[in-house]
Amino acid sequence: MALLTDRKSLREYDVIIVGSGAGGGMMAMQLSLNGMKVLMLEAGRNYEPVKETPMFNTPEQAPLRAKGTPDRPFGYYDATVDGGWQVPGEPYADKPGTQGEFWWWRARMLGGRTNHWGRISLRFGPYDFKPKDRDGLGFNWPINYEDLAPYYDKTEMMVGIYGSNEGMENTPDSSPGVLQPPPKPRVGELLAKKHCKTLNIPVIPIHRAVLSQPMDGPKLAAKLFPDNPVAQKIVAKDMSSRAACFWATDCTRGCSIRANFQSTTVLIPPALASGNLDIITDAMVREVMVDDSGKATGVHYMDKQTRADSVAKARVVIVCASTCETARILLNSKSKLFPNGLANSSGQVGRNLTDTVGSGLSGHIPAMENLPPYNEDGAGGSHVYSPWWNYKNQEKLGFARGYHIEMGGGRTMPGMGSLAILDITSPGIYGKKLKEEARRYYGATMGFAGRGEMIPNENCYCEIDPSRTDQWGIPILQFHWKWSDHEINQASHMQTTFAQIITEMGGTATPRSGIDALNKPGQIIHEAGTARMGSSATDSVVNSFGQSWDVKNLFLMDGSILPSNPDKNLTLTVMALAWRSSDYLMAEMKSGNI
Amino acid sequence: MHETTVSRRDIFKLLAAASAAGAMLPKQLAAQAPRPLTRPFKNPLTDPDFLNPVAPWEKPLVDTELATLAVLCDLIIPGDADSPAPSKIGLPDFLNEWVGAPYDDNRADYEIIRGGLAWISTRSNSLHALPFIKLTEAQQTAILDSICHPANTAPELSYGSRFFQKLRLLTLGGYYSHSSTWKSLGYVGNIPIAGPYPGVPDEIIKLLGLGDVIDFR
Repeated sequence: MALLTDRKSLREYDVIIVGSGAGGGMMAMQLSLNGMKVLMLEAGRNYEPVKETPMFNTPEQAPLRAKGTPDRPFGYYDATVDGGWQVPGEPYADKPGTQGEFWWWRARMLGGRTNHWGRISLRFGPYDFKPKDRDGLGFNWPINYEDLAPYYDKTEMMVGIYGSNEGMENTPDSSPGVLQPPPKPRVGELLAKKHCKTLNIPVIPIHRAVLSQPMDGPKLAAKLFPDNPVAQKIVAKDMSSRAACFWATDCTRGCSIRANFQSTTVLIPPALASGNLDIITDAMVREVMVDDSGKATGVHYMDKQTRADSVAKARVVIVCASTCETARILLNSKSKLFPNGLANSSGQVGRNLTDTVGSGLSGHIPAMENLPPYNEDGAGGSHVYSPWWNYKNQEKLGFARGYHIEMGGGRTMPGMGSLAILDITSPGIYGKKLKEEARRYYGATMGFAGRGEMIPNENCYCEIDPSRTDQWGIPILQFHWKWSDHEINQASHMQTTFAQIITEMGGTATPRSGIDALNKPGQIIHEAGTARMGSSATDSVVNSFGQSWDVKNLFLMDGSILPSNPDKNLTLTVMALAWRSSDYLMAEMKSGNI
Repeated sequence: MHETTVSRRDIFKLLAAASAAGAMLPKQLAAQAPRPLTRPFKNPLTDPDFLNPVAPWEKPLVDTELATLAVLCDLIIPGDADSPAPSKIGLPDFLNEWVGAPYDDNRADYEIIRGGLAWISTRSNSLHALPFIKLTEAQQTAILDSICHPANTAPELSYGSRFFQKLRLLTLGGYYSHSSTWKSLGYVGNIPIAGPYPGVPDEIIKLLGLGDVIDFR
């Protein structure tokens, strides 16, 4: 059992899971550890981070010094396989009349987009579940923070998150003993903290899915699976085989020692060890099939290796294909019973599409010039951040909702752009003096990036393109987009704030404003909302467990079900929701409701 | 007219992209729209073999151009006891790979570098009736001095100035992204450390007066 290359050896399954990322990986682990027979379908190839990750490879070992290109937008060593904002043979389109072109990021590999991300794992806070109650905009969630808090605790213990409890507004603490200790800050991060004080902007340890110390497998597994000795044994063993971070190599490369979270380093290994999970890779799901009574019976997929139409069947179907791909599958699942696509009686599938509001500004910081060298690699990502600090004076700002600040800089591994600043600081210089200039300015830069909440609006959505298919014959998506003033004004606020911080730190920076300050829609890769959860079948697609209102044995579990897209990055919340949903699903199956 | 300086914004794009590769500033890439990939299907770049990396394109520059590049790069960043000369770590060959790449930025650089190498050859011949690599170092340096500073360059030499500026940028990038130069630059990472991350040395804490913010609890 495990990865099925022989497509004929399928057995009867309780559950089919479409997608192997945060949502699919967590569902697969929970269900298979509890004895359910699970089949996972992944559109990309098998991927083994332990064998494939280029951990210490240096730029000169790669084409173009490993610089980002249209083929590999985040650089040659990024973990992503056959992905990016373009996937070979799998196009998408702008709907005529759209104001902004949407960029749709995908990865075609086991573990999906969890292999490439910043590992930033911030809990949504109490306000984030009831945003409409606070400002009248967007949608409330059908659950409260308290409903999800226990699952946040469990997910954080399972995954391994470093961070601290600071007791700050709408920035929840974890239960005692849940978090791993945060790594010490780097010099640029300390400088930012020092100067942000003057501006009343907090700088605190960030929460990231990286092990800062080894896991105590038996202890954690006993807490997490108290009534399940089999799960305890499997998970304890797997946790204890993960290594702590050794403070080198970027997390975006993946992690061969499994110190960071990827679905492929944390969720899929114990699921496979249970013997209850089969995985078919290179399986591009086209649609969910239904019988005459309107129940889901399985999925229809294209086998990418043979280009053959294929079918898999089970009692329950869980679609975790990512926000836009999930909407695409549902909208393409048309039948006599469901002429507008599956689970779409509300007409909300594909609507309410959001991405994170993003804007960044960097500046040269003279105080960081010529510092004595020390190793700043750290945890392969940020050690600190600034949570949103303006809840009390939100009304004066000209936009609803907030953002957090990610920051970084200093002496990261040198790449093609690391000395580009000399064009500004040191024109005309060459020879021995240029080497002195390089030593002086290398790493004397800090960058600040805002990650803010976008409010769903009626102009941002995806739908099926009426004329085009991808290379698998599956109709493609087209996107329509228009930012509202909330996002535009928020991005301007980010720019002004970052320029203030850089100035306080002794540098200079020129802020941008208006729409020029905004990243492109889709560029931050935090899509959400296309099949939102709600409290009624009339205006939402699923309930709080991701269960479709229209088709009881169809569940969705990825960013698509989020009714709002808080500034806090989605992955941790998707996993907590998946854990909660798996408990519900198993209870419903046991009681015969499904 | 051509640009004589790289804009400030372009530089921060480069900086941001460099940081993004390090997950320091996730998703801060140059805002270029996603466009169809250089190859539609099976592609050694979209699914690379890290043990056998390949750059699947032709390298256009010929031997005389590479020889000129070797001299120019070594003048821009001379080797010394701390770090090797660019020509010793294959920089001309890297630049050949760079200007051969199929991406828009590289196509633009190809035009500047190849045209600039021919321009500097012509300049050398018109001044001294010799190819650039046959000049004395003093003669070579005199030509570079006449074009190195964009603001101080005579208008008729602006072509050379544009070339020099691009070559300096690519030489700096290619040179310092080679791991043999890192120690001299002050990068001491990419090695595993056991136990907790050590953090900032006391020497720097004192130097920058960070004692009051070091405690993150």
